[in-house]
Amino acid sequence: MKIALFATCIVDAMFPRTAKATVTILERLGHQVLFPATQACCGQMHINSGYFDDALPVVANHVAAFSQGDYDVAVAPSASCVASVKHQQPMIARHCGDADLENRANAVGAKTYELSQLLVDVLGITDAAAQLGSYFPHTVTYHPSCHGMRLLRLGDRQLDLLRSVGGIELRDLSGPDQCCGFGGTFAMKNADVSSAMLEDKVKSIEASGAELCVGGDASCLLHIGGGLSRKDSGTATLHFAEILASTMEAPVSVSGEVELLTGRGRS
Amino acid sequence: MSQISLGMPRIASYGSGNLFATESFPHAAHRDLDNAQLRANLGHATGTIREKRLKVVAELPDWEELREAGSVLKQQVMADLPRLLVQLEENVTQRGGTVHWARDAQEANEIVAGLIRAEGATEVVKVKSMATQEIGLNEYLEEQGIAAYETDLAELIVQLGHDKPSHILVPAIHKNRTEIRDIFLAEMAGVDPELTDDPRQLAMAARAHLRRKFLSTKVAISGANFAIADSGTLAVVESEGNGRMCLTLPETLITVMGIEKLLPTFLDLEVFMALLPRSSTGERMNPYTSLWTGVTEGDGPQNFHLVLLDNGRTAALADEMGRSALHCIRCSACMNVCPVYERTGGHAYGSTYPGPIGAILSPLMTGIEAEENNSLPYASSLCGACFDACPVKINIPEILVHLRGKDVDAEHAKRKLPSQMDVGMAAARVAFSSGRNLALVEKGLPLGKLMAGPDQKIKRLPGMAGGWTQSRDIPAPPKQSFRAWWKKEHVPTPDTSQTPDAAAESGEDG
Amino acid sequence: MSAREEILDRIRAALSDQPAVPPVPRNYRQTTGLDAQALVELLVDRLVDYKANVFVEEPDGVSGRIGELLAGAGRFVIPPGLPVGWLAFDAEPARAVVDHPDHPLTVGELDAMDAVLTCSAVAVAETGTIVLDGSADQGRRAISLVPDHHICVVPVKSIVGILPEALQRLDGTRPLTLISGPSATSDIELERVEGVHGPRRLDVIIAV
Repeated sequence: MKIALFATCIVDAMFPRTAKATVTILERLGHQVLFPATQACCGQMHINSGYFDDALPVVANHVAAFSQGDYDVAVAPSASCVASVKHQQPMIARHCGDADLENRANAVGAKTYELSQLLVDVLGITDAAAQLGSYFPHTVTYHPSCHGMRLLRLGDRQLDLLRSVGGIELRDLSGPDQCCGFGGTFAMKNADVSSAMLEDKVKSIEASGAELCVGGDASCLLHIGGGLSRKDSGTATLHFAEILASTMEAPVSVSGEVELLTGRGRS
Repeated sequence: MSQISLGMPRIASYGSGNLFATESFPHAAHRDLDNAQLRANLGHATGTIREKRLKVVAELPDWEELREAGSVLKQQVMADLPRLLVQLEENVTQRGGTVHWARDAQEANEIVAGLIRAEGATEVVKVKSMATQEIGLNEYLEEQGIAAYETDLAELIVQLGHDKPSHILVPAIHKNRTEIRDIFLAEMAGVDPELTDDPRQLAMAARAHLRRKFLSTKVAISGANFAIADSGTLAVVESEGNGRMCLTLPETLITVMGIEKLLPTFLDLEVFMALLPRSSTGERMNPYTSLWTGVTEGDGPQNFHLVLLDNGRTAALADEMGRSALHCIRCSACMNVCPVYERTGGHAYGSTYPGPIGAILSPLMTGIEAEENNSLPYASSLCGACFDACPVKINIPEILVHLRGKDVDAEHAKRKLPSQMDVGMAAARVAFSSGRNLALVEKGLPLGKLMAGPDQKIKRLPGMAGGWTQSRDIPAPPKQSFRAWWKKEHVPTPDTSQTPDAAAESGEDG
Repeated sequence: MSAREEILDRIRAALSDQPAVPPVPRNYRQTTGLDAQALVELLVDRLVDYKANVFVEEPDGVSGRIGELLAGAGRFVIPPGLPVGWLAFDAEPARAVVDHPDHPLTVGELDAMDAVLTCSAVAVAETGTIVLDGSADQGRRAISLVPDHHICVVPVKSIVGILPEALQRLDGTRPLTLISGPSATSDIELERVEGVHGPRRLDVIIAV
């Protein structure tokens, strides 16, 4: 299968290791990964901040980048960005009166999957240890992102994949469905409320006793990780793609600057 | 339609009364977040009610079907509102009631005060009503020399405490039992000085306090949960029996109701009476629901007045993206699940309507530019919990985003110089609207390392971004972006099933 | 322009886009399909859950049960059309005071009553809800509200599974009261307290 990777702006710029891990997993399964080079951002930050006019060229760029090229499906390691591609992009096109863009946005949205959706629903992955060789001998707790839960209805897909990783130990997180308080510019515009939400999330993560908090959205992980870091917590955050990519031979390092060895034949 | 449009008011008719945030949400929230007692009370109360709701909702195999029916029924009501209102009016009138129409809060208050004066009354008993809260009826009546006694326990607590409700269902949710005991001891005439903070004892003190009023007051004021167009029937849903007292014993009943409260037929109650109690108090059914139609000889009030209130509802109705906010049945499920409400409480929203629904309803009814109401649509992380909990499926997050858009447009129209946010968004537009531009920005990112300390963390940023670093670090940016790595270093897996040029194509710069 | 005309005009203007509405999907349950025995069991379970006292009686046991429940009471009010046999227990019929439409009791007189005894129109098993519709065997609303103790008889034939079945049997234009357990409040820390302004004691006799 030819799979177009939508890295998302935040992963591309701040967490390249998550995109590399996504590539590793898909190539390990024998698929060909493409990276449409004109891609940038889904436009969610502009849209959720009310800057619809500014969002339009961002949306148009994404739709153009993913309307061309020969690929079967597109994938992003982010539920939030996929939800934006599927739901918000056509809305912005409609808002700006661009029916052609709306149609093309809908077509792109229909081919775009969040990583766990692609792995479970399309590629039939049910046992990461057996099918991907995933091995990760650490204790982790899992925070489901709001947009994964409520906009994409991912259910337990990410958690089930994690459970099937070799060597992993999952710890329960209390109040898993509670938002971490990120919410894009909400974290800045309503910094006090956002911080209060984060404080509670950090407390429950620390109470889980896990070494790592794992999730599927880099933005939430950036937020939670930033809160843990400020408290000099021993707990860090990690994207589930990196855990799936980790094997006994090429383990992901979880201390210091995390760098994943990715792609066959590379070091 | 065009023929009718000729006489149309050109400007939307916005609401007045208690619909305004008088300080911006972040400022109000900052103050309330510092109140540790408030946060503890709210956390406990919302946590309790969330669990109860989930349990009774899970009992029903057809919850989603009920929600869907409720949603479409309300769409139908909105689309057919003129006909249904006239039908309601005809049925209420035919059965001995009198219908009044009020364009705004002031007009509604004047109508109600006039009706009370016509009965020669100087005091009234009230059953909890959001509509009368919204129009500031109690305050208006006080100015007119009429005493209005709230009879719902929580409303009584709020009234005796000279406080404001902070939740539409549990108005005193911000007070714990000890605080309530202290209010009763200080404000309730003739209360037992040995009163403890046991909720049962407190409830019994309220019963004793109100009993005489119920048995002797001649005029009662209520709101309505539902009005049935095809029969003229009104419904009040309650728990304590104070509603039954007010609706049954006085000679005159005045009901103030928003024009959106209609249901087309009596049988439609089968949907809404399944949705409302489970969503609001987390009960299979609330203890008491009263239904009455006009006046019944020998049973209940012999004078019945229904005041139909616009007060900005038509302005909300005119907003195609926002009008479904009028589907709200005031269950409060959205605030009970909202992580923002849970931490700030209802006062931070300023308006009578707090929480997620208030954050859309208030600006829709007043216009986005009124006072500080433009800060309300931002009082959400867009986590979506409210939409999932809403029994009539109001897509609150989508309307919040829609109203943010209206706010940005309104601000742009007003302002000559761009705000800090405008500048940031314009820069981000340029960076995010082409892969090349983003690549250029990413090349500069490693400079961010200079801002990071020896531990590779950025701990303080200037301006708006300082909101982020007040409680969160940012990791130092990576040396190389993903796209740079892909272009320079990625070696695709050899795959015999693919055409040989596919890899080259995938790495090509667009 | 009158307020009425202006509001109706505002609404028509607001709806100038003529929103299209799909038909109402009524795919929710219209019945539970439970038999009479199961309905009684469900109703009992739900009433008890909401702290009502529940008794299931054969027809000839109803009067005796009422007598027991009124053991400590003085005078009690009854509606004009209560089945005469229900009062057979009482050797001293003067305790029962009829609230007659021609000479209704005052609120003060009602307040002096120790209890009220009524029949009911419909009961909804799944939610533990009893509906009074003001018929002659139930009386006007005030009599079942002011006294502190309500004894309510539910004939087995009046029990349905869920609300859609109940509404079919009711006339919406009569004064209706839906009762689900005794009055209650959860206004203090969401802790439920049974018995506030309405009758604090609710006894339900299901007559099978």
